[in-house]
Amino acid sequence: MITEKIKIEPEVLEAVVVRFVGDSGDGMQLTGTQFTDTSAMFGNDVATFPNYPSEIRAPQGSLYGVSGFQVHIGSVEVSTPGDNVDLLVAMNPAGLKANLHALKPKQTIIVDTDAFTSKNLEKAAYATNPLHDGSLDNYKVIEVPMTSLTKEAVKDIPGLDNSAITRSKNMFSLGMIYWMYNRSTEHTIDFINKKFKSKPQLIEANTKVLNAGFYYAETLELIPNSYTISPAKMREGTYRIIMGNTATAWGLLAAAEKAGLELFLGSYPITPATDILHELVKHKHFGVKAFQAEDEIAGITSAIGASFAGDLAVTTTSGPGLALKGEAIGLAVMTELPLVIINVQRGGPSTGLPTKTEQSDLMQAMYGRNGESPAIVLAASTPANCFNYAYEAARLALEHMTPVILLTDGYIANGSAPWKIKSVSEMPEIKNRKITDSTEKNAPFNRDPETLARNWAVPGTPGLEHRIGGLEKDSITGNVSHVPENHQTMTYIRAEKVRRVQENIPELKTEFAQSGDLLVVGWGGTYGSLYSAVKHLNKEGYDGIGLAHFNYINPLPKNTAEIFSKFKTIVVCELNGGQFASILRMNFGQFEYTQFNKIQGLPFANDELTQEFKKLI
Amino acid sequence: METTTPIPAYTFKDFTSDQEVRWCPGCDDYVILRSMQKALPDMGVRKEDVVFISGIGCSSRFPYYMDTYGMHSIHGRAPGIATGVKLANPNLSVWVMTGDGDSMAIGGNHFIHALRRNVDLNIVMFNNEIYGLTKGQFSPTSLLGQKTKSSPYGNTQPPFSPGELALGANARFFARIAGNNPKVISQILIEAHQFKGTSLIEVLQNCVIFNDGCFDSVTNKDVKEDKQIFLEHGKPMLFGKDKEKGIVLKGLKLEVVTIGENGVTLADILVHDAKEKDPTLHQMLVRLEHPMVTGVIRSYEDFTLEEREDALTAEVKARSPFTKTDDLFFSGETYQVK
Repeated sequence: MITEKIKIEPEVLEAVVVRFVGDSGDGMQLTGTQFTDTSAMFGNDVATFPNYPSEIRAPQGSLYGVSGFQVHIGSVEVSTPGDNVDLLVAMNPAGLKANLHALKPKQTIIVDTDAFTSKNLEKAAYATNPLHDGSLDNYKVIEVPMTSLTKEAVKDIPGLDNSAITRSKNMFSLGMIYWMYNRSTEHTIDFINKKFKSKPQLIEANTKVLNAGFYYAETLELIPNSYTISPAKMREGTYRIIMGNTATAWGLLAAAEKAGLELFLGSYPITPATDILHELVKHKHFGVKAFQAEDEIAGITSAIGASFAGDLAVTTTSGPGLALKGEAIGLAVMTELPLVIINVQRGGPSTGLPTKTEQSDLMQAMYGRNGESPAIVLAASTPANCFNYAYEAARLALEHMTPVILLTDGYIANGSAPWKIKSVSEMPEIKNRKITDSTEKNAPFNRDPETLARNWAVPGTPGLEHRIGGLEKDSITGNVSHVPENHQTMTYIRAEKVRRVQENIPELKTEFAQSGDLLVVGWGGTYGSLYSAVKHLNKEGYDGIGLAHFNYINPLPKNTAEIFSKFKTIVVCELNGGQFASILRMNFGQFEYTQFNKIQGLPFANDELTQEFKKLI
Repeated sequence: METTTPIPAYTFKDFTSDQEVRWCPGCDDYVILRSMQKALPDMGVRKEDVVFISGIGCSSRFPYYMDTYGMHSIHGRAPGIATGVKLANPNLSVWVMTGDGDSMAIGGNHFIHALRRNVDLNIVMFNNEIYGLTKGQFSPTSLLGQKTKSSPYGNTQPPFSPGELALGANARFFARIAGNNPKVISQILIEAHQFKGTSLIEVLQNCVIFNDGCFDSVTNKDVKEDKQIFLEHGKPMLFGKDKEKGIVLKGLKLEVVTIGENGVTLADILVHDAKEKDPTLHQMLVRLEHPMVTGVIRSYEDFTLEEREDALTAEVKARSPFTKTDDLFFSGETYQVK
């Protein structure tokens, strides 16, 4: 495909951040995903961040209707979707206006000039056309009449309607990008063939437009260079690109298979958690029972019922839904039933910022219930390790007979990254506590002396009939008990049971410096940002900075204080007002904590972190 | 796990737990409890396969008194829990024990959706038109003008008719029975058990403390022959001491007639068809005030949710190339790093 016209050797880049923006409906998510997948298969490390409005279809051309997809591709390890953009592809003026601030100076913008009509400029609140008024002089602007070139490319295909033509123009931009970054169009052509299997004109149209974009870039003298990003050094194995929510769903599938249980999901749609439901309903072939309930409360109560009856039971939700589930989580704590509760956090309070990320449900997960109601709390930290922590949540729930709340967030749930595929055979064992021995009759609250986990006698098991419920119960028989001392005993047992999970989880590991000036502390979905900032500073020669990132929140790993004691300053970085810092103060009051908090519905940027850390050294 | 050993010959004692029953002396709940314990041995079900789920309220203490599996859960949410139990293990006989407050107020949403879905559950609603456990506030079935602790000048909220609400939510099985009639209660519990789908039994249950005598005008021994009509599928709708009165359809209304008066004969009397798909006549019967209709008013067999789910699962399994999760993980777009 490369013709003799290419005279320039592609410039070699270490990493690049590309952002595609346009109207929701312009196919920006698809364009971004195709570029990501193609780059991953080429061997690059990738991280993505889709960013779209909460409206279904905002008015065309409006500033608040802009949909974006950012991808970071690297020949080196890539741990975030990147802060600043190297290439901005803007399908209309609103997209340009809303995203220009993220573009690095001197970098490249590709625009569809056909979309820069006076009407669209007005909608984007441009007084003058930015392509002509000199306001973009600090950038390389590549002006392409994409809509008309797309029309031209497909004019000979019979039976193609106008909207199909307009919708295929995203392929033109994709073709250009493939040429610029020295990528083959092969993967996307395969994709087009599969997607439009029964619609040959659409296959022809999309392929023609993709190639037209590729050849246009090749011949266009305006494109000064072409770049290449070499494959990254990644561990050997079979990979796929996975989104956090998909990884979460798959972790649950793996756990059910390993535990030899059927998987039950009781859920109610809520952004950004719904994709876990969407994924699990597909897998009836594995016997998954995914039940879309009438509300959040029925979502969790159906899961509690399924758990009582012996399934691996899960409920998925986001912040407002977790609030509604609070009473039922208390019931699961009281009845000591295994239950996985997944909360994909978003901006709050109330409806808050439904499509934006935040970490502000931590206290809700810890304490959002009446009474002393301890639950295990875990947090996943990358799109790919959502798989591990969903699996881990199931393992701990089943082994300790208690609800486990797994926190992810919109950023890692919607983001995607390479996942080195794990076979179920590589996953740790999961032992469940089901019993059939009828000598345990009338003792449903008999416990393992080490873990304090009770037995799991499920309906259908002869001789073990028993009643459980939300009322306080006798520590052995489970009969209702209002004896004052028994309530205190039971309260301590439930707390101690969760504390002893410490013995069944790994110790905290520090990355980079193991002792020194500054310990950067984070939890959950900020891992990528914190990791790349600390790595960046280490490269700059700041070698006394360590990173301690928590996936286990309740209980905390048992070596936490030991790690904290090795650093002069501890900074706790969170996308909330300081909730984890408060938990640390409560548990390890002997240390002082500095906080760095961001509450903008956005992830941490590299610059803001590195500047902050430098101040603290 | 299916076993082929015969089901033991149980007596009511096998279903009686060691817990002391703590309802007010004279409460109809005792009648319902004993009727259930007596009905279960006749249902042909193993005791380990029976599960009682309840919410909150006097009625919801029920599971503790049964020597089966059970869960006393949270206010109004028993249908959700029961649905999860049944979907997890369709082999179980699952009962929801609830009251008018539990199911019509805080649990109203779950109640209607359980009926809509037609999961094979049995819901027994103890309707005493009052909140008992919280000591005497009006409930969603309390009468207009009723004076209670929370309506000292009279209730201004018009009541639900549980039967109308249920049929409006597409209940396939609805029965109404008086709480002072243990034999009939047992008989209808057995019918509900045998019915595949969500069955709802409304028990007119007297609250001796906060709403004593609320159903006296229809359930008292000396009036019930004239104030209640007990329907049986396939039989004419007759009532009265000598079965001399009956129900006919006139235009769009049900009317009470007396056989032998105005030329009315037995042939004019409506014959009860509980199995009719169209619920129109069942709705009219539920609404009738004089006499109040009791017995199984509707019993229309339909697919259950678990049957639909099972069929779909089998179909998907037959078409799927995946047998274990690894097949999924390694399918589609994967790539090698060497």
